[in-house]
Amino acid sequence: MELLLFYSLRNLAARRGTTLLTAGGMALVVFVFAAVLMLAEGLERTLVDTGSPDNAIALRRSSETEVQSALDREQVAIVEGQPEAAFGMTGERLVARELVVLVVLPKQSGARTNVVVRGIGPASLALRPGVRVTAGRLHRPGTDEVVVGEAIARQYEGVAVGERMRFAGRDWTVTGIFDAGNTGFASEVWGDVDTLMQAFRRPVYSAVLMRLEDPAAFPQLKRRLEADPRLTLDLWREPAYYRSQSEMLATFLRVLGLSLTVIFSLGATVGATVTMYAAVAGRTGEIGTLRALGFGRAAVLLAFLSESLMLGLAGGAAGLGAAALLQWVRVSTTNFQTFSELAFRFVFTPGVAGQALAFALVMGLLGGLLPALRAARMPLVEALRGG
Amino acid sequence: MLLKILLRNAARHRLRTALTVAGTVVAILAFVLLQTVVDAWYAGVAASSAHRLVTRNAISLIFPLPIHYRDRIRQVEGVTTLSYGNWFGGYYQDPKNFFVNLAMEPASYLALYPEYQLSAEERAAFLQDRRGAIVGRKLSERFGWKVGDTVPLKGTVFPGDWPVTIRGVYRGRDRNTDETQLFFHWDYLNETLRATDPRRVDQVGIYVAGLARPEGAAAAAAAIDALFASSAAETLTESEQAFLLGFVAMSETILVATRVVALVVIATLLAVVGNTMAMSVRERLSEYAVLKTLGFGTGRIALSILGESVLITLVGGVLGLALAFPVTGRFAAVVGGLFPNFAVEPRTVLEALGTAVLVGLAAAVLPARQAVRVGIAEALGRVG
Repeated sequence: MELLLFYSLRNLAARRGTTLLTAGGMALVVFVFAAVLMLAEGLERTLVDTGSPDNAIALRRSSETEVQSALDREQVAIVEGQPEAAFGMTGERLVARELVVLVVLPKQSGARTNVVVRGIGPASLALRPGVRVTAGRLHRPGTDEVVVGEAIARQYEGVAVGERMRFAGRDWTVTGIFDAGNTGFASEVWGDVDTLMQAFRRPVYSAVLMRLEDPAAFPQLKRRLEADPRLTLDLWREPAYYRSQSEMLATFLRVLGLSLTVIFSLGATVGATVTMYAAVAGRTGEIGTLRALGFGRAAVLLAFLSESLMLGLAGGAAGLGAAALLQWVRVSTTNFQTFSELAFRFVFTPGVAGQALAFALVMGLLGGLLPALRAARMPLVEALRGG
Repeated sequence: MLLKILLRNAARHRLRTALTVAGTVVAILAFVLLQTVVDAWYAGVAASSAHRLVTRNAISLIFPLPIHYRDRIRQVEGVTTLSYGNWFGGYYQDPKNFFVNLAMEPASYLALYPEYQLSAEERAAFLQDRRGAIVGRKLSERFGWKVGDTVPLKGTVFPGDWPVTIRGVYRGRDRNTDETQLFFHWDYLNETLRATDPRRVDQVGIYVAGLARPEGAAAAAAAIDALFASSAAETLTESEQAFLLGFVAMSETILVATRVVALVVIATLLAVVGNTMAMSVRERLSEYAVLKTLGFGTGRIALSILGESVLITLVGGVLGLALAFPVTGRFAAVVGGLFPNFAVEPRTVLEALGTAVLVGLAAAVLPARQAVRVGIAEALGRVG
């Protein structure tokens, strides 16, 4: 059997032009397939990383997003007083009242999109350990200073440290840029919650964020809060809440991307079939010789199948390699569910690589199956004569 | 005569030709679907009118405007009709069943949107019933609603249960009019809020102003914004088209990616057809040598190769287009909520055919060159 694998490999190398074109077509298909998977993966990672499992977030009942939620001061005070809340190092409760609104900001490209402005409290940074100010300094509470996330600093106009942004009829000074890793917070602008509430004339908060002393206590806290007649709110674990925010967009990307890829992968598979039929037709003499030498039909079948599988593998590896380069490309778009800007990236995982290579091999297999069967079924004498 | 030669040549390797045509069909189908997705995104923009302006809070769409702006906007020069209302954002049964539902001032809204056509009785019934609603034809078909049905809307922006009764089903006057929306009375929203959430009463999400002359749009927009500059709720007024384009711009990345994938599809097709043509020509090099010996010019030879290639891609292109219509119909059924108008545009048909021809030509360029250049003696000496 070893001989025939080398035979297949050598044959591919002998007809370089055809091999390149066929493998090239398959590489393009695998590139798109892998890119779609990486995009959906990157989106989900961003939103799942946004939020730590020890935190619980309270929103008004039946709100789908923080923007729609409105909690008044009495409700917030009740939530803050719950016994499950953890305490920080200096004895303060790790509970933060936050306001979330959308403002329209101009991007460097000229487009104007919705950006999340989040009013944070003193405990907010402690509740989000992944967030660090990397340039400038944090805003001072009670002032019209703000800090912007790294994705905002990169893409939007007039948000460098020291510049003044304008929204809600006032100017706001950017005092720093914060790094929030791959999370959704990187696409937000943060300021002091009380100042922002006044500026937007919103007398209600959007959410209450709490660190749980014991994460296992979440179900009992949820039961108590949702049964309380003074409150109309839902309690979520922070990661679960943010994951639900990505569902629609991730599903949309996956369904659209994958169904289109499958459709045009048929085209590349056809290319492989054409190539393999020509290969078989051109080598009838060799096939006859091999059979005469004693190689069985199965060996011939496997030889041609492995040739087309190698084509698929070559195309798949090339496509995957090109897709891996996308990791340095950043994507930013509006998440339909939250109606606000979200920056994420292409994430390359072993799972993506495995799926893409499997897809390439399936294309090679389907493309080469019929020609390989024809080669195997060829009657010996005719083959010898035909060559 | 030329066509006969092309057909005969193509038929020499029936399987190969059939497979290449199949590959073209698939690629053109994918291309048409992608272009249709991009077109669907712009569908609302295509249906917008130069006679309408949209006014919203300058901060962002989530902030309301006071109802008392109504009288002042009405007096702006050039404004003939004024309507107002809110994005309601409710759902029916399952939050995943997304559709556009708005709470608008009914008489003025229907006056501003003559493309939503209702019979006189349905219109009168709708205006009379404060809990009435009108739905687009496609939306009513999607959920099986009929006039007289009560739809139990569940609110998200305005939480709670909001039952409305369907008093009419509107049809779109133009091909690209959105028939997937639901409208009910703004007064129903406002009066209910007076009882349940008084803080949000008398607040409007957008004002829609109708203009006497579209040329006066810029002046009227500036005049409206000037009225409320430096007030508690500053406004931003733009033409309906600009307003809708703003939404499209939010998804600019996805649209760019879709266009890129369309190009990749074409590149794949080029590889496949190019491969086939290269193989065909290589097999027939000795024949081309014979033809040259007989005196056929290089032009004729090149033409026959190009022609064969274009024939294959054109047949594949036409079949792919024929298939694209039913497939688009199936897609539309799945994504109907997100894209109200998912249909193949005539421009896309032309683009697809043009692309098929161009790919056919491009794929045959190198093989044709090889056939034209081949030395007669060398080619005649070739085996197989």
